[in-house]
Amino acid sequence: MSGETVTEPAPPSRREARERRGGRVRHTVYGIVGVIGEILITLGVLLFAFLVWQLWWTDVVGNRAQAEIVRELPFEPVPTATPTAGAPAGPVIAPPRRDEPPVMAEPPHATTFATIQVPRWDGEPERPISQGTDRATVLDVLGAGHYEGTAMPGGLGNFAVAGHRTTFAKPFNRVAELQVGDPLIIRTTDNIWYVYRVTSTEIVAPTDVDVIAPVPGDPGAVPTERMITLTTCHPMFSARQRFIVHGVLDYWAPVADGIPAELAGGA
Amino acid sequence: MYGWLWRHTPGPVAVRVLILAVAALAVLAVCFQWVFPAVSPYMPFNQTTVGE
Repeated sequence: MSGETVTEPAPPSRREARERRGGRVRHTVYGIVGVIGEILITLGVLLFAFLVWQLWWTDVVGNRAQAEIVRELPFEPVPTATPTAGAPAGPVIAPPRRDEPPVMAEPPHATTFATIQVPRWDGEPERPISQGTDRATVLDVLGAGHYEGTAMPGGLGNFAVAGHRTTFAKPFNRVAELQVGDPLIIRTTDNIWYVYRVTSTEIVAPTDVDVIAPVPGDPGAVPTERMITLTTCHPMFSARQRFIVHGVLDYWAPVADGIPAELAGGA
Repeated sequence: MYGWLWRHTPGPVAVRVLILAVAALAVLAVCFQWVFPAVSPYMPFNQTTVGE
């Protein structure tokens, strides 16, 4: 007879039965390896997202927040000159004062009490300086931080300030551009300008606390100068070392007298 | 894991892609807003102070 014959499946050989049982175990193993693989890929994606957050988003948020902090500081308005026949209205240049400067008391932790402007950093906004140097409440949130216990602006000793070089609006991103003699202009909520001049920069280990001593490099000495020190990370995307900028007070002036010449596009 | 998620998301392919994409964005938003800021101070990459 012709026609289709239905062939029954042959009974499983002993080798095939063993393979089918082994196949279930193999399936589970592959399943586990698959989940582990997916978890690893997920972690990789999250790590990449963290980098994006760290290197981009914190700048976006930080710039907005710090601009608002500076806007809300109780600063007196700067006097502007009344326009005369030959001169357009513009800011009054404050005459420098080199007598004993007023020094404000250290405020409570996380209080913003000053701003820093650096003409060398063309395009950078005025950055707030707040009391304290911990990341969670000051450096990541409020901008630059003042080392507690160090001198206040204009004070005898060392006015030491830390700031991020990358991330969180990176206020000290351009420290490497600073040259000897560049002005660092501090404005306090007591409405005083303090103009410091860069004297040196150095790269030190993170444990080198001597750089913020009242006399930098000489912890035991009694200070005779009014210095400023900025600290930030070095190299740019690492925390292996610290980039240090030292400066000394050049002059001060009340905000009511005008603005420093250095801010008016002058020297 | 993700295969399970895909199989159990309702709708035609396009809808599933949309639902899972929105869910992924929501996870990222939670990370950006809460998880990453909480983890960040413990990351040693941008310590700027001396004496630690």
